[in-house]
Amino acid sequence: MSALAAGATPVRRVTQRRVARSEWTKLRSVPSTRWALLITLLLIIGIGILVCVVFESRWPHLSAAERHRFNALDRSIAGVNFAQLAIGVLGVLVITAEYSTGSIRSTFAAVPKRLPVLWAKALVFGVVAFVVTLPALLIVFFVGQAILSGQHINISISHPGVVRALFGAALFLTVMGLFGLGLGAIVRSTAGGIAVLAGLVFVLPPIISLLPSSISNSVDPYLPSNAGGAVWTIHPDPNTLAPWTGFAVFCAYAAVALAVAAVLLVRRDT
Amino acid sequence: MIEVAHVTKRYGSTVAVRDLTFTVPPGIVTGFLGPNGAGKSTTMRLILGLDAPDSGTARVAGKLYRDHPAPLHECGALLEARSVHPGRSAYNHLLALAQTHGIGRARVDELIDMVGLAKVARKKAGTFSLGMGQRLGIASALLADPNVVMFDEPVNGLDPEGILWVRHLLRRLASEGRTVFVSSHLMSEMAQTAEHLIVIGRGQLLADMSVDEFVRNASKQSVRVRSPQAARLKELIASPDVTVQAHHQSVLEVVGLSSEQIGEIAAENEVVLHELTPQQASLEEAFMELTREEVEFHADAQALAGEPQEAVT
Repeated sequence: MSALAAGATPVRRVTQRRVARSEWTKLRSVPSTRWALLITLLLIIGIGILVCVVFESRWPHLSAAERHRFNALDRSIAGVNFAQLAIGVLGVLVITAEYSTGSIRSTFAAVPKRLPVLWAKALVFGVVAFVVTLPALLIVFFVGQAILSGQHINISISHPGVVRALFGAALFLTVMGLFGLGLGAIVRSTAGGIAVLAGLVFVLPPIISLLPSSISNSVDPYLPSNAGGAVWTIHPDPNTLAPWTGFAVFCAYAAVALAVAAVLLVRRDT
Repeated sequence: MIEVAHVTKRYGSTVAVRDLTFTVPPGIVTGFLGPNGAGKSTTMRLILGLDAPDSGTARVAGKLYRDHPAPLHECGALLEARSVHPGRSAYNHLLALAQTHGIGRARVDELIDMVGLAKVARKKAGTFSLGMGQRLGIASALLADPNVVMFDEPVNGLDPEGILWVRHLLRRLASEGRTVFVSSHLMSEMAQTAEHLIVIGRGQLLADMSVDEFVRNASKQSVRVRSPQAARLKELIASPDVTVQAHHQSVLEVVGLSSEQIGEIAAENEVVLHELTPQQASLEEAFMELTREEVEFHADAQALAGEPQEAVT
């Protein structure tokens, strides 16, 4: 049979680019990706619109203090607070699903050097996360501001820091996904990876806030979600890092997680 | 060519493979035989570099598997049970593997047709029967037209038609000059396809020889003798090198003498013989004889005496 004739298939070496194409095929061909991305979009858009509708309708009844605290940008993209978990969980799944299903054996048999797989997953998933979340953020911003304009409390896209915050939110969600990918690759179990991610993002901040304020004020800005949060707000409270400084700290968390994952990936048995 | 040299692998306190050395040559089907838990899958994982040996090396075509620039072209493997994401279609599974080596969609379609999965290629692999899963595994092994193929228990879960198909496939791959390394815990299956055997038990090499040689060496050749004067014959042939078992008043099972020797002794001493039959042990008996001490978990004696059960792994 010609299908098996030796030499029928030309020999082509494994390259980073080819592994990235393979990872793109893998990412788009499982239902869990579509579900997690859909949930991320619904959280970003749905929560933002809901918050804007409520503020617009309740505005005449709000106290002066509340009106003073109101921030039209932050409210319209408030869904990022919840979407970060969805995108982080998807990041975890991108690698842990390979371990739980056993497909990691096929993957590493094809790419036995292994590291190209991790970089390809990070690249492909990072691009997908950014490309999906940025439009969602722009949509919810414009729809949200249109709603808020009913009370003339909307903010313009040309207002200083707004464009940076919208791009920053998309970058923040992307890096959160990569953070999840790194944690998942370290832990190699879906439940474990999600638990560690949720612990660092949602459980650690309230624990730190229990400490004396002299300690919590100095630690708080450096926690992953707080550091990363600096880049997608325009009226930060004083105890927050500068936008891109905070984002750099957040990127460092993800980079450390991926670096540890890379070291372990090469060393461990499959 | 696969070369395994002094490979040892421990998992915690368990030694899965101990100082294993063997070579799998091209052009023939080499069977990798051992009871369940003997270390066959572990050895294959070590060859592919999925697990790292504690000591020793396993080489494919002269190099560590991971050092090949196009590894799937060197060695295609059907790995244990499921190595596929159940939510992904068979087509996309193969496509993703193909893309790592720059292999096109046409080749993926070709393989899907070849293994008979054309009708279900777009369905999720999680819905596949064990047999369909094996066919998908075989397709991924052959995707890059490898010089070495390594199949772990390929006939597990296949129907008789599928088993026949795998046997023909293995022989054809070998006849094309490829190295074919197939594991099984069933001696009878190996006897159908393999020319050479590597037998392990509890992670250690027990035999590395041709199938014919294996049967000759591993089985104790005995001679069945039926005689009305069995008791007298037993005394005549008694010697330290000879063991005689009396199954019945008139039937002896003799080990250590050929049928010719027994016949001549009987003639010299005018002992009447009603039957003189050399006993050839079956392959399955030869295998069990060899691995008797090495089976990790003994079933009850009854199960061992019969055909080994097809184990679900």
